[in-house]
Amino acid sequence: MYAQLVDTGLKKVVDPAEMTPEERAFQARVDADVKVEPKDWMPDAYRRTLVRQIQQHAHSEIVGMLPEGNWVTRAPTLKRKAILMAKIQDEGGHGLYLYSAAETLGVSRDDLIDDLHAGKVKYSSIFNYPTLNWADIGAIGWLVDGAAIMNQIPLCRCSYGPYARAMVRICKEESFHQRQGFDIMLSMCRGTPEQKAMAQDSLDRWWWPSLMMFGPPDAESVHSAQSMRWKIKLLSNDELRQRFVDQTVPQAEFLGLTVPDPALRWNEERGHHDIGPIDWSEFQDVLRGHGPCNRDRLRTRKQAWEDGEWVREAAMAHARKRAERAARAAA
Amino acid sequence: MKDTDRFEFLLRFGDSALVLAQRLSEWVGKGPIVEEDIALTNVGLDLVGQARMWLSCAGEVEGRGRDEDALAFRRDAHEFRNALLVEQPNGGYADTMARQFLFDHWHLLALKAMEGSRDERVAAIAAKSAKEVAYHVERSTDWVIRLGDGTDVSHERMQDAIDGLWMFAGELLLPDAVDDAAARAGIGPDLAALASPWREAVGAALAEATIAVPADDWAQRGGRQGRHTEHLGHLLAELQFLQRAYPGAQW
Ligand SMILES: [Fe+2]
Ligand SMILES: [Fe+2]
Ligand SMILES: [Fe+2]
Repeated sequence: MYAQLVDTGLKKVVDPAEMTPEERAFQARVDADVKVEPKDWMPDAYRRTLVRQIQQHAHSEIVGMLPEGNWVTRAPTLKRKAILMAKIQDEGGHGLYLYSAAETLGVSRDDLIDDLHAGKVKYSSIFNYPTLNWADIGAIGWLVDGAAIMNQIPLCRCSYGPYARAMVRICKEESFHQRQGFDIMLSMCRGTPEQKAMAQDSLDRWWWPSLMMFGPPDAESVHSAQSMRWKIKLLSNDELRQRFVDQTVPQAEFLGLTVPDPALRWNEERGHHDIGPIDWSEFQDVLRGHGPCNRDRLRTRKQAWEDGEWVREAAMAHARKRAERAARAAA
Repeated sequence: MKDTDRFEFLLRFGDSALVLAQRLSEWVGKGPIVEEDIALTNVGLDLVGQARMWLSCAGEVEGRGRDEDALAFRRDAHEFRNALLVEQPNGGYADTMARQFLFDHWHLLALKAMEGSRDERVAAIAAKSAKEVAYHVERSTDWVIRLGDGTDVSHERMQDAIDGLWMFAGELLLPDAVDDAAARAGIGPDLAALASPWREAVGAALAEATIAVPADDWAQRGGRQGRHTEHLGHLLAELQFLQRAYPGAQW
């Protein structure tokens, strides 16, 4: 998802018999759906895993501003421009809520940003794909925000209070993002043949990467099992992906678009859609930095941060001067 | 006031808001800190909203069936009536903030003066916009002061920015025949009368920012008459790309 393949640092799921009394009490509270708050005792591995997960999510919101920013200066109408600007602004806000949630775990935003720039932590693989035509802005809202909602609605119930509360705020805005994306797709699909072709091209390029957003099958994964025990992951990657496919396929049909999967079909028995095999080697390539835009995205973020350094320094210097003047005036 | 003049007059406000919003949207994802990214986009968003109101109104006054998008996306540079100041490139953060600061102070005074416009629609748009622009003024003034009175580096950058943009600010306060007609009809502001409050407000903020007011007051003119700098054509090429490449499409 926005946080993919989150490592718990553990080799196996913690066995209740091996837990310390503190750990046992912690797990009992999680099991009873009592929210964990920043001042509460928590296992180190829980804290570290949450930092990784929230940090990946936060960076995804911020890096995610770039593919959409690529079209904000070329939005085709003033109304679309205004909606897109509002949407991108929301994503920045999501990044801030999430950095704040991470900071409650005893890390600083600047350190997290340094980790991103040093390539030590990832952001969602999806933002390493390019936006090549205007329909991509529709596809991002429809598919990428759509997938994000799938993942984030359950996280509103996750065990860590600040993260759960950030998710509640974020989810409210994500549904508007998805609607505006679908609305762009609808206009394109009802438009000229050229517009319809852009919409199809866009779905062709974004479909599989959107499915990869949920991460590889994790039913067997130690990390996922432990995260589920801790209730910072509530559904398996395949369950979330299935929900997304089942929701999205009828929408594609409504748009008159063809999902680029010849194996896609409704499975009457399961009551779900079956899909063809996902090319996980592509996903691994993108995670390793070989996606079409990894280099550009990270360079843009680093450049913005470096270009802004003198501004941040000036703001702090000015604040210091003010404080000194106020202190002198009071003396 | 003739409708052709009224149309011209409305375009001036609409185009300045639109062009400045376009410049601000170029910053998306590249601000010095996320909070600033959000704030710049917020100001840009206000300006897009204002541009839509002014341009819709202009299109109706013109009476040739052009809506906000026809005016925004299907006019060439010489038909744009924005101030030269707002089309200047973003440069660094000091340049962007200095441009915003010089414009915002004028913008607020002009909008305030139009709140009592005899044209009810103009009065309504001005009143709504003035509320938003009051916040823009606060923000850009704050940044001019922080950067001016920050570090040696930021001071130098802000001084350079103000020096470089000063010649584009003057035209905001120099009325032509259209402005005079609007002022006489009680529709638009008396631009000459805005000069001294503008100098006062800008001067006070620059003093606090320890930034020297440029000595050379020579003003570059032409934006409101459709004679622009080289920058506007490029800005429009980007802004208008889709509408130009796919004429007649609905988006
Ligand atoms: Fe978001
Ligand atoms: Fe998100
Ligand atoms: Fe979103």
